[in-house]
Amino acid sequence: MENLAAAEQSVERLSIDDSIEYLKANHSQAIKLDDRDGYEGVIVDSDMLVDIARVIRDELGFDYLSSATAVDYLGEGDHMEMVYHAYRSSGGGALVFKAQTDREAAEIPSLVSVWRGADFQEREAWDLYGIRFPGHPNLTRILMWEGFEGHPMRKDWREAYYEEEQKPFDSRWPGGHVHRAEEKNVFGKNVSYPPDIDLNRLMDTSEEAVYQSLGLGVDIERIMDKDGFETNELVVNMGPHHPSTHGVFRMLLTVDGETVTSLEPVMGYLHRNHEKIGERNTYLHNIPFTDRLDYISSMGNNHGYVLAVEQLMSLGRKYNPPTYRCEALRVMMVELSRIVNHLWAIGFWLNDIGAFFTPVLYFIQERERILDFFEAVAGSRMMCNYMRFGGLFGDLPERIKSVSNLTNDRVRDYNTMQFLTEMINERIPRTIDELEVLLTQNEILIERSMGVGILSAEDALNFSAAGPLLRGSGVAYDIRRADPYSIYPELDFDVAVEEEGDMYARYRVRVTELRESVRILKQILPRLESTQGESIWADGKPGAYAPRVPHGESYGRVENGKGELGYYIVSAGGRGGSSNPWRYHVRAPSFINLTPLGHMSKGHKVADIVGILGSIDIVLGETDR
Amino acid sequence: MYGTGLAKGLRLTLRHFVESYIDDLRYGFRKYHHSTDNFGIRQGTQTKGVITVQYPDEKIAVPERFRFVPFLIVEDDDHPTRSGKDWCTSCGICAKVCPPQCIWIVRGNDPDTGRPVPEPEGFFIDIDICMNCGYCAEYCPFDAIKMDHDYELASYDRTSHHIHDKEKLSKPNSYWRSIAPTRAYDEMLVRGTWEHKDAAKEARRGSASSRASSPQPAAQQAASAAAAETAAVSAAVEAETVATAATAEGATPWSEDDAKREERRRKALERKAKRAARGG
Repeated sequence: MENLAAAEQSVERLSIDDSIEYLKANHSQAIKLDDRDGYEGVIVDSDMLVDIARVIRDELGFDYLSSATAVDYLGEGDHMEMVYHAYRSSGGGALVFKAQTDREAAEIPSLVSVWRGADFQEREAWDLYGIRFPGHPNLTRILMWEGFEGHPMRKDWREAYYEEEQKPFDSRWPGGHVHRAEEKNVFGKNVSYPPDIDLNRLMDTSEEAVYQSLGLGVDIERIMDKDGFETNELVVNMGPHHPSTHGVFRMLLTVDGETVTSLEPVMGYLHRNHEKIGERNTYLHNIPFTDRLDYISSMGNNHGYVLAVEQLMSLGRKYNPPTYRCEALRVMMVELSRIVNHLWAIGFWLNDIGAFFTPVLYFIQERERILDFFEAVAGSRMMCNYMRFGGLFGDLPERIKSVSNLTNDRVRDYNTMQFLTEMINERIPRTIDELEVLLTQNEILIERSMGVGILSAEDALNFSAAGPLLRGSGVAYDIRRADPYSIYPELDFDVAVEEEGDMYARYRVRVTELRESVRILKQILPRLESTQGESIWADGKPGAYAPRVPHGESYGRVENGKGELGYYIVSAGGRGGSSNPWRYHVRAPSFINLTPLGHMSKGHKVADIVGILGSIDIVLGETDR
Repeated sequence: MYGTGLAKGLRLTLRHFVESYIDDLRYGFRKYHHSTDNFGIRQGTQTKGVITVQYPDEKIAVPERFRFVPFLIVEDDDHPTRSGKDWCTSCGICAKVCPPQCIWIVRGNDPDTGRPVPEPEGFFIDIDICMNCGYCAEYCPFDAIKMDHDYELASYDRTSHHIHDKEKLSKPNSYWRSIAPTRAYDEMLVRGTWEHKDAAKEARRGSASSRASSPQPAAQQAASAAAAETAAVSAAVEAETVATAATAEGATPWSEDDAKREERRRKALERKAKRAARGG
């Protein structure tokens, strides 16, 4: 107690354990330790949640809410749980706190008043789990449509082509007589409507009805009330089929002339319930599915997921951490995909603001070389599926060599290390130089992007922005440095940061990160040479095809090209662990980075909105999941 | 001065434009020639200017590890004892490890004893569902299922063409060795033989009981003091690689029309049936 009192003034630097002690000492009635096997953090009394969250943010200094997600413990305690991961922007591990509620009439106070970054994540929890958040400004569905019945992530909700709770399905072997699911469940018969739904309401195509039914917080009456030509505000739908939205994404704008007065992002058009699929899958099955999230940088997606599962596996007895060569290869692949990601992001952002396709094709040309390398090593250009728990799919091949198979096939044959060395030492740096010549001093680009889409450092943190969006606002938060993983601690690189918080600052951050990635890759090359011949598996042989993962929870996060990519995984097996995850949640940077979009867009012209969205850099495969 | 940034950028695009011609001249337009060296220049790390590949007049041959829709390995037609026999033992690991669950296997039962036989009766892959992850090939303990290199699978009707049955999936071992020589060689080293594990076992049993039904593999086995075999095998691989390079220019084994393939397969199956009759 004396220690705690003495540390009062430096509470903001308490370790995670001491922070929990501090909470227990000062708020004992609301806090209880989470002592479930393999779990961490504290369980907070729902009624006190907002107050405790304020203490965590203001007194303990955990100013960054990384992830807020729900878990349905049906049959494992029969309650719903919200899990929050809060971090300090100065670095360090997570303070995990949770709030529990009954499954029926699930209700947990909203944390939007503390962290605005909780906004979309709570809407997602309401949408997919049916937890109400009193105090939330706009608690509507976000991924599913308004007429959807039920909350699909609940454990007792079953999808249209439901077969079994968990894969592998029994019907496949040994009596695997093939059938198509769609033939057994014909289109049109696989939809059921809630009993009280008024289809006419959904069919009403008047402007008023459409926007009210969507519940997007547009003050339609104010707009409609005015008579005739006096009306000077207009609702504009950008998307979902709009070339500048990078996919099927919609922005609902109210404009006053050309100036945007409010913006509501609408998403979910590419929603496939990735997380539900993930909970049916075994742990191994999920790796290729993660490729399909942010399909520009699948290596990074793999990495985050295997880190999360390896964290859980390390709780068990039979676990060998990856070898040094494996880690070096992982980092190399992830950095190459970061280069791909940033070249792509900058290129298409330029398309958005009018530099149509000349620069982006120069960058894609470079990306092709990297994808050739991925294809030769992992077997696929984009859906790499390269990482495994405790290892990798395979070591580097000696040669990047192809074999003629189809008519008109043209054969290539390179030495892998030579190809890699030339790419890292010559080609990529050359392209980055060209990129800078082409753009950095370009007056048109500067006019278009400086001072547009400003996000202050405080707002960026509060909105849970991540990646270049956060660092472009002057917060030097990079997980590779703040909460290091793999071999990043021993690598020499700087965190890219710019103070201005506008579109141009984000561009600058990306360019700097490209250069830093090349710097990392140059350090990886000698490490690959020195570990030549070392196995990528700790015990020399590949891992099992159906690993059992010990009971517990884990949150694995990596600094992906688009920002913080996190995987929250719960294994709820008995003593021996489980073969399928109980909960598989993706903290998608493309999704959460959209939270401040409306805030950033206010007051700008319609043409700038396209650029602001491009400067966030989203991929709809990850946004909608 | 205002506008210099813009001018620099424009100069860069102009340089790219001119460079593409200079590069063509430097290589004397050899870049567009078909041979490996010249194509390698156009697609390599040193190239400047045009890198475009004019599909379908030219295609980039895929690397060995490339994966696209699985196929099943059957023994070559010219194999003395197991011609046309499946390598698959219908153990079901590929079906279990398949993330989208697109593999369906019917395990056969012996009509007399009722016990399962180590050969699949039916094998189906729904290629609309297959996500080309390659797990089936990676985790198959018998090297019996492999990822193909043929990515041109478009058809006019998905309902009738996109479930591949065992007949459509089966391709001979020699095909796998031709599309992925290095990997096939590595697998052979692990397995200890170019043939299926069981073939080696059978041959050993055969030579022990001196039935001498198949003298050639028996002799091969006799010489299988490990070092000797490895040397022989690496010679074989070299021969193989040369052969592949030769066929690469002309028609590859699988660009023959389906009728011929069917014919070969039918003959192999007949031989197999005869052998079974003789043996039983």
